[in-house]
Amino acid sequence: MTDNYIILPIIAHLAIAVLLIFFWRKVQIQRYISVLGSLLVLGLSIGLFIKTWRTGYLTMQAGNWQAPFGITFVSDVFSSTMVLLAGMAGLAVCIFSSVGISRHRIQYGYFPIFHFLLLGLNGAFLTGDIFNLYVWFEVIIISSFVLMTLGGKKPQIEGGIKYVTLNLLASVMFLTAVAILYGLTGSLNMADLSLKMAEIDNRGLVNVTGLLFFLGFGIKSAVFPLYFWLPSSYHTPPSAIAAIFGGLLTKVGVYALLRVFTLIFIPDEFTSTMLMAVATLTLLTGAFGAVIKRNMRMMFSYLIVCHIGYLIGGLGMYTQAALAGVIFYLIHDIIVKTNLFLVSGIIYKIRGTMNMDKLGGLYADYPKLSFLMAIVFFSLVGIPPLSGFWPKIYLFQEGLATPNAWYLVVAMIIASFVTLYVIAKMWADVFWKDRPAEEAATEDDFAPMKRYHRAVLIIPVVMLAIASLYIGFCAEHIATLSQRIAADLKDTAPYIKAVLGREIIKP
Amino acid sequence: MKSVILRTASNYLLPLLLLFSVFILLRGHYNPGGGFVGGLIASIAFMLHAFANQLENTRKLLRYPPGALIPVGLAVSLLSGLAPVFAGQPFMTALWFSAPVPIIGLVGTPLFFDIGVYFVVIGITLTILFNISENIL
Repeated sequence: MTDNYIILPIIAHLAIAVLLIFFWRKVQIQRYISVLGSLLVLGLSIGLFIKTWRTGYLTMQAGNWQAPFGITFVSDVFSSTMVLLAGMAGLAVCIFSSVGISRHRIQYGYFPIFHFLLLGLNGAFLTGDIFNLYVWFEVIIISSFVLMTLGGKKPQIEGGIKYVTLNLLASVMFLTAVAILYGLTGSLNMADLSLKMAEIDNRGLVNVTGLLFFLGFGIKSAVFPLYFWLPSSYHTPPSAIAAIFGGLLTKVGVYALLRVFTLIFIPDEFTSTMLMAVATLTLLTGAFGAVIKRNMRMMFSYLIVCHIGYLIGGLGMYTQAALAGVIFYLIHDIIVKTNLFLVSGIIYKIRGTMNMDKLGGLYADYPKLSFLMAIVFFSLVGIPPLSGFWPKIYLFQEGLATPNAWYLVVAMIIASFVTLYVIAKMWADVFWKDRPAEEAATEDDFAPMKRYHRAVLIIPVVMLAIASLYIGFCAEHIATLSQRIAADLKDTAPYIKAVLGREIIKP
Repeated sequence: MKSVILRTASNYLLPLLLLFSVFILLRGHYNPGGGFVGGLIASIAFMLHAFANQLENTRKLLRYPPGALIPVGLAVSLLSGLAPVFAGQPFMTALWFSAPVPIIGLVGTPLFFDIGVYFVVIGITLTILFNISENIL
């Protein structure tokens, strides 16, 4: 059944971006349009989520070309949840940007590009075609590259070069893998591929193609050997941009991995061992990287790498409960990582530095704000009953139940403790420690701001903190959602049926 | 560039190339051609004019900065994709008028999509090339 509603969260971003280009250089109008537009998209995303939750699957054959020949857009519970999360993170960052991004950057087209980025994200979540997924990834890369280098400072360009080089490499691998896949099966529709891949006798080639996909998406989601572009680029752009990058860009890689490895390539023993091994190394290198960094945003970047390990590890275990854990973690992670960078943006406004040696005394100066920030930090760590705690239970449980996964469990525990350690240490350094005397003279840019402007910076943090608290305290809702998504991922027959529109008899 | 031949020729080439670009644009869809190629040819026409008659004169000829074409083109393409939605069809379904228009041929939403692409390509190419050539010409 065709339902045009699916395309709305994508089209709305495009329409907003076009409208914003009409108001090029009119900063104030752009701010209003962008915030209102993001609010509209969030509303549409909620609508899509509710609709999908009720019916299970929505599909739309773009251009009325029937699957598997045309491009199909599919919204299952997983993709609509991701669209919803992108809508929430997008709105928060958008509000934050209207004060947190300098006038100069807005004049050079920050807001239109921001909406193009979200357009790419929503497209990637909703497409049911592997080549179309590649196209959306390109939209994401191009707009994120512009966002990263907007402003043209030297460290930004340096970070941008690393970012774009590795991501282009990843795209090439992704494209190669798509080409091989097309050569093997003659199809690009993911549901169709799922059926055709099962019939191919040359399993070796299938596995190699799967590995190419893993490499491509792995670089984009910053897993072990190829993660180094992330910490060396994410601390360079303004916090609002880093927030949307940290919250969503690496997660879209994980989303693609989850899709491809549940629908097209079912991990055999080799692949799942490899996924778990890579996850272990990602967890450890990310965690140790975070320990030695003294720049807050660099530390957060390493924490992103570290926490990707949980997601990949859960995928490696490949049981329904483990996948539920992954989905839960993904939901928690998107909200909390976005918020983390927004918080770092506020701290930067207050103190003018990100170096923890030079920071201090925030608790004495801003007790209420510090309390708000504490919620974010301790949600990240996962102190029960805050949001990071619940998915880890799933993952630990499944890790202990899976044979030969003890190393992954050990790495997860180490990573959890290291996260706790770095966050506690950061809390002590930034909030409780007295401010270094030589720093006392630096200006506080935050206090003299207008009340309204300060509120605009704080409201998105509050919004996302409430979402984090909701995930923590109403964990059973999120658990139900994750279980349902995990069940959908394990049993792909309804997805295939919804896309191809006929009954499937799976061998 | 001070060349009488080029300057004289460019005055004739500009309308000719523009006409050719429109021809390529309309030829698209079932035959080779379309908005992208047409847009490139149209921008070449303006660039040739700029080479022969100085950049400022070409800017004056255009009146508006070429970047203004980008949102216009995007909006046209977007609306052409949305049109079938209002008719109850999936997004981007091609809707055609039943009777062909003389000279142009069949008119439908894909034509408007291509016209949008045509404007976006002209806008972007000229913005880039004008900025680059500002220091050279």
